[in-house]
Amino acid sequence: MEILRVEGVNKSFGGLRALNNVNFSVEQGTVHAIIGPNGAGKSTFLNCMIGRLVPDTGTVKFGNVSLTGMKPYEINQVGVSRVFQTPEIFAELTLLENVIIPTMAKRDGQFSLRPFKRLDGDAEIQDKALHMLEDVGLAEKKDVISGSLSRGDKRRLELAMCLSQDPKLLLLDEPTAGMSRADTNNTIDLLKRIAGRGITKVVIEHDMHVVFSLADKVTVLAQGTIIAEGKPEEIKGDPRVQEAYLGGAHL
Amino acid sequence: MSAKTSPARDYILFAVFAVAVLTMPIWLAPIGAGYPDLLQKFAIFGLFATGFNILFGLTGYLSFGHAAFLGVGSYTAVWTFKLLGMNPVPAAIMAIIASGIFALGIGYVSLRRSGIYFSILTLAFAQMSYNLAYSVLTPITNGETGLRVLRSDPRLFDGKGAEQGPLIANLFGIDMTGWGGFYFCAVILLIGFFIAQRIFRSPFGIMLRAVKTNQNRMTYTGLNPRPYTLAAFVISGMYAGLAGALMCITDPLAGAERMQWTASGEVVLMTILGGAGTLLGPIFGAALIKYFENIFSAFNEQTLHEIFSFLPDFIEGPVISVAGLFVGEGWHLTLGVLFMLIVIFLPGGIMEGVSRIGKLFKRSSGKSEPNRATAPAE
Repeated sequence: MEILRVEGVNKSFGGLRALNNVNFSVEQGTVHAIIGPNGAGKSTFLNCMIGRLVPDTGTVKFGNVSLTGMKPYEINQVGVSRVFQTPEIFAELTLLENVIIPTMAKRDGQFSLRPFKRLDGDAEIQDKALHMLEDVGLAEKKDVISGSLSRGDKRRLELAMCLSQDPKLLLLDEPTAGMSRADTNNTIDLLKRIAGRGITKVVIEHDMHVVFSLADKVTVLAQGTIIAEGKPEEIKGDPRVQEAYLGGAHL
Repeated sequence: MSAKTSPARDYILFAVFAVAVLTMPIWLAPIGAGYPDLLQKFAIFGLFATGFNILFGLTGYLSFGHAAFLGVGSYTAVWTFKLLGMNPVPAAIMAIIASGIFALGIGYVSLRRSGIYFSILTLAFAQMSYNLAYSVLTPITNGETGLRVLRSDPRLFDGKGAEQGPLIANLFGIDMTGWGGFYFCAVILLIGFFIAQRIFRSPFGIMLRAVKTNQNRMTYTGLNPRPYTLAAFVISGMYAGLAGALMCITDPLAGAERMQWTASGEVVLMTILGGAGTLLGPIFGAALIKYFENIFSAFNEQTLHEIFSFLPDFIEGPVISVAGLFVGEGWHLTLGVLFMLIVIFLPGGIMEGVSRIGKLFKRSSGKSEPNRATAPAE
C-alpha cells in the first residue's frame, strides 16, 4: 500500500530548475532512500514534502491527505516527522523535556492552554518520554541540558523526539552526516531496530554504506530529475547512476 | 520536569515567599525601606516584572512596550472609580480585562515578527499609546493634567458626598493608602506569584520555553508557536494592567507619563537584573531598583558629609564630590554601574549569584554536583 505519493512536482529558484517533474511514491513499511550527487535537489524535494517549501506545481499526497499548502505543524500532526541534517533540538532544555514536548504535541494537538496543570504530575507523558530515551540509550542523561551533548547523541535525541510521536512516516535528512564510522554504525543499528515498528522511512543519504545496509528501495536524483529507481542491488550496477555520480567519466 | 521540581518544593517556596513579603515592614525597616509608600512600589513593580518575565523570561520575546498596558490598567482603574465607586476590586478586575484586550490587539500584530523587529513594534505601539493619551484621547485620559476622581463623578455604588478630605480607594472601609494599601498590593502580588509559579511548572510553561529555544523544531514537532506566544503576551499584559491598577488604587491618579518608553525600559532592567526566566529574580530586581531610586535619590551633600565625616578634610572634599555624582539626581549612574556589573559578571542576574553561592555550599559539604549545567535557581 502506498503511504506517500508525489506527482509532477516542479520547483524553481529564479532560473534554477531544482526539481523537474518528479514522480515518486513510497510503500508503507519500507525504507526508501533518495540518493544523488550534491545539488541534485534531494533536500529541496524533502522540503517540498514537509511544507517548508511549496512546490510550484504538482501534488504531495500522504495517504488520502494532500500535504501541498499545509503548514509544517499540520503536516506533523497527520503523522509525518522529520530529522534534520543538523540536529534541531531544544538546546536549552533537558533531554527529558526535549522528548516530553513532542510527546505532548502528539497527545494534545498543536495548541493546548493548560497553565494550571502540573507537568511533573503527568505520569503518562513522563513515563512515555523516559521509555523513549531508554530506547535510544540516553536515559541516564535525562537531566542534562541537551545543548551540551555530542553530535551523535544530539542526533539520537532528535530521533527519539520524532519516534515519541509514533509517526507513520519518518523523513531523515542525512542522518549520519559528519559522524564517525562507529557512530554511523550505531545509527544504522538504531534505525534498523525501529524499522521493525512499521514506521515508513524516507532517507536522504550520501554514505552508500548506510544506504545499502538500510534501504529496501533506492531512488536516484540528479539535476532535479529521477534517473533511476529500484532495489539497492539494481541501483549499484546501473550505468546511469555511475555516470551521474562520477560526472560522466567512463572508467 | 527534572527531579528539582515537585509540588512540595513549590509550596514551601511559596510559603517562604509569602511570609517574607508580608513581613517586609519588619525586616526591611533596618535598611530604611520599612515605610508603606516604598513597600507598595516593591509589590506593584514586583507584580509588573513577574508578568513581564512570563513573556520575556519564558518565550524570549523582548517587549519594549509593556508600559502601555500599565497605562491602560491605570486609566481603566480610575474610570472604574469614577463610574462605579472607590472599591479596588472592580477596578482591578476591569483593568485586567481592558489590558488583556489591548494586549490581544497589540500582540496579534507584533508577534508576526520576532527578535528586534518584535521589540521595535511593541515600542512603537507603546509610544503611540503614550502620544494618543496626550492628544486625541484627552477626553478619556484628561491629557497632561492626568485623570483623577472628582466629587461630581457618578460613583454608582458609593454613598456619595458624605466623605471628607481627598477621595481614596477603600476596600469595604479599609483605606488603600499606607499600610492598608501595602497589604492589599502584597496579597495581589502573592496571587500573581502563585499563578506565575503554576505557569512555570505547567505544560504551557514548557511550551513557552520551547518557543525560546527552537521555534523551528517546535513547528516540525506539530506545535503552532503563535497561539502560545500570544497567550503569554496577553497574560503578561494582564499582569501589567493589574500593576497599573494597583498604582491607582494606592493613589487614584493616572497620568500618561506612566506609558513612556522609560517605564517600559525599567521593567526590562528589573527582569534582567534579577534574572530573566527565574521566578523570584524579577521581584528582587524590581525591589532593588525601587530601593535604589528611593534611597540613593534621597541622599544629598549633607548626608554624604555625615557619612564621610571621619575622613580628613583634604580627602573628604574630593570623595564627596565624586560620590555626589552617584546619589541624588545621579542615582541612575549607580543603577547603570550596578546593571553593567551584573550583566557582565552574572549574566543570569541576581538569581545566578544566589545559585552560585548555593553550589559553593553544596560542594564544600561534599554532596555530588547536579549535572544540570545551567540550572537557574528557583
